[in-house]
Amino acid sequence: MNIPIEYYLILSGFMFLVGVAGVLTRRNAIIVFMSIELMLNSANLSLVTFSSYMGNSTGQLFVFFVMTVAAAEAAVGLAIILAMFRNKLTLNIDDINILKW
Amino acid sequence: MNIYDIVFYLFAAITVLSAFFVVTTRNIVYSAYYLLFTFFGVAGIYVLLGADFIAMVQLIVYVGGILILILFGVMLTNKITSVEIKTGSVQVVPAAVGVALLAGILMASMVDTKWRSVETAMPSATTQGIGMLLIQQYAIVFELLGILLLIALIGAASMARK
Repeated sequence: MNIPIEYYLILSGFMFLVGVAGVLTRRNAIIVFMSIELMLNSANLSLVTFSSYMGNSTGQLFVFFVMTVAAAEAAVGLAIILAMFRNKLTLNIDDINILKW
Repeated sequence: MNIYDIVFYLFAAITVLSAFFVVTTRNIVYSAYYLLFTFFGVAGIYVLLGADFIAMVQLIVYVGGILILILFGVMLTNKITSVEIKTGSVQVVPAAVGVALLAGILMASMVDTKWRSVETAMPSATTQGIGMLLIQQYAIVFELLGILLLIALIGAASMARK
């Protein structure tokens, strides 16, 4: 355990930034979805790092909660994406604007 | 350079490179496969941090569940033979500015904070501690998450079948 905590935080921060870049630049709904998963994973990595360096396992418990919510989000999100694809025959999120007026 | 450093750099390199390729590659199927390596690398980092239970849950839930769902989504919404599966990127310059700004904020807050760390010995199994917390202190959250999963299951099924 002689690796500084900053190394893990930089890794987690890099993953989060890559996820943000993916959400901002890619236009396919599934890629945006994968980028959100990347961001959730980076938050989990930070939580596990803090938990491990504090010697307290509550952080790991919260990672478990985040993973549960991520699983629910994946199921509902992909169902929405499939329903959207059936109706509009595209996944380009610039073309899916029926909630705008 | 002991064994911990080597393992850390190995898994960090896997994670960083595959996360980068998830976002930059043009083919969605390749993105999904690179996401597999990202999840795998993060699971390795969890093991290095002594979080054995979380590493296993990461492999089972993310690699075994969410990634398969994403691959189903890719296969159901794209024709492999068409060019539709390749998608471009837009607004690169504003996104780069925003990401650089966020990177500066994150870096500044990380450098600015005095991180406290407890010297721990080689970590033992964490499963018992997590289980005790789960049924004592956080029992209500645990039950609520069960209800949330049930609702998500019903909602996803009813949304996808009509």
